[in-house]
Amino acid sequence: MKRIYFDHGATTKVDETVAKTVMEAMLNNFGNPSSIHSFGRTARKSVEESREKVAALLNAQPGEIFFTSGGTESDNLAIKGITLANQKKGHHIITSTVEHHAVLHTCEYLEKNGFTVTYLPVDKYGMVNPEDVREALNNKTILVSIMMGNNEVGTLQPIKEIAAITREAGVYFHTDAVQAVGNMPVDVKDLGVDLLSLSGHKFYGPKGIGALYIRKGVKIAPVQHGGGHERKLRAGTENVPGIIGLARACEIAMQDMPEKVARVSALRDKMIRTILQNIDHVQLNGHPEKRLPGNANFSFEFVEGESLLLNLDLKGIAASSGSACTSGSLDPSHVLLSMGLSHEIAHGSLRLTLGAENTEDEVDYFLDVIPEIVTRLRAMSPLYNNNCNLSIRRSEVCEHCHGDS
Amino acid sequence: MYTEKVMDHFTNPRNVGEISDADGIGEVGNAKCGDIMRIYLKVSDAGIIEDVKFKTFGCGAAIATSSMVTEMVKGKSLKEALDISNKAVAEALGGLPPAKMHCSNLAADALHEAIKDYIEKHGETK
Ligand SMILES: Cc1ncc(COP(=O)(O)O)c(C=O)c1O
Repeated sequence: MKRIYFDHGATTKVDETVAKTVMEAMLNNFGNPSSIHSFGRTARKSVEESREKVAALLNAQPGEIFFTSGGTESDNLAIKGITLANQKKGHHIITSTVEHHAVLHTCEYLEKNGFTVTYLPVDKYGMVNPEDVREALNNKTILVSIMMGNNEVGTLQPIKEIAAITREAGVYFHTDAVQAVGNMPVDVKDLGVDLLSLSGHKFYGPKGIGALYIRKGVKIAPVQHGGGHERKLRAGTENVPGIIGLARACEIAMQDMPEKVARVSALRDKMIRTILQNIDHVQLNGHPEKRLPGNANFSFEFVEGESLLLNLDLKGIAASSGSACTSGSLDPSHVLLSMGLSHEIAHGSLRLTLGAENTEDEVDYFLDVIPEIVTRLRAMSPLYNNNCNLSIRRSEVCEHCHGDS
Repeated sequence: MYTEKVMDHFTNPRNVGEISDADGIGEVGNAKCGDIMRIYLKVSDAGIIEDVKFKTFGCGAAIATSSMVTEMVKGKSLKEALDISNKAVAEALGGLPPAKMHCSNLAADALHEAIKDYIEKHGETK
């Protein structure tokens, strides 16, 4: 069976030339960049050239790029590093309810350690209102962290507008751009952000490598101590093959970026248009226009997300869902609930994240098989075409959700 | 993640549907939790489950356990059916992932509700 990958939001397939570059580095460029001999100097040169390539993708200076182990570490370093270094000024952080757990759980951790965190709400599209940021700011605020593109529903936040507000207030602004970088144009100067997280595996680079952009002049402290790597901000011998692979992924991302964005967006739009047209009782989650190029997220009423995923997998299609069964917790996705979706609707969510290698044929195949799957599951569902006159003995108490109904 | 047996019942669920003149109907769970299982029973004068159908909203485990329980009770007496536990259903499926054991493994509960519904409507014996 042909396998179709519509889960690029989770991770992407490493580009072949990236893999070759990494392999080559592992075999022939094994020196420690801190060593002064020729092996070390070769590795150092590669790391610094890589820094230039990552900087180029973001329109940053090479000195503003710090390599990390990925998105999670970049988020942690940004948030903990800024709060540690600036706590004399205050203990207040502003973020949103729809952030990735790498940001949310870091903020919750800081809350337990004496910081105050404001979690801004979002509208029904999952969008933060920049005016809410302005109102939440006070003279103790040291950091605002709002993501660029939401990993679940794809909504793009008004980063530029928020950055204008934080800059005016003299407060640092970090954005988790893990889903955006490499998949759409991201220009740190144009956006006006102070810190920005990115991760290699979301755009055809290796896993376990990422970077944090830190605008020159920003006051930040290390959270990991050891040697003096990454200009004393991130101790640990550099992941040289990963760094070289990340840089190669950045180079590839820069080639024909507008064309690739247009192509992926067109596939996404066809998917959204057709689903909304051909299937009843379905809604698009996330913003109708301002969304990540590859992200489509639907809720199919009366059916549950994991059943959809299993059925799609049987047809060779890989996707994901925000249902409780797939989120690994008892509650469906915090993002969908924050947007005001009921638990029922959130349980029936299906995320399809398209990438560079997806074709129109693949989208058509999906569009072909999904109506039948939804129809079959609905035929099985007691919620669909429910006969309200039935006399049924009900026990709504289910232990696992504390008996709420 | 799921056993072959679970996937078999998930992809080819037995006894899906409704019984229009059911003698007992039971339901457990709620949409908020992400699982609802409804069981319809047709019971003979002798107290034997002659027909059983289910409708389920839920994940793979919810659908598979519902299907399994209908297969297990067909032709059984009400008393025998009341002895079937959620655990027995899971075992008949070759086990469920730990996370699903208490969350989506409610099919026997739905069956028991349907039996209680029958008893309420018809008395202990028909
Ligand atoms: C928005 C967002 N932030 C952070 C991360 C974490 O990145 P990583 O997997 O590189 O740690 C992810 C990916 O899962 C993400 O989508």
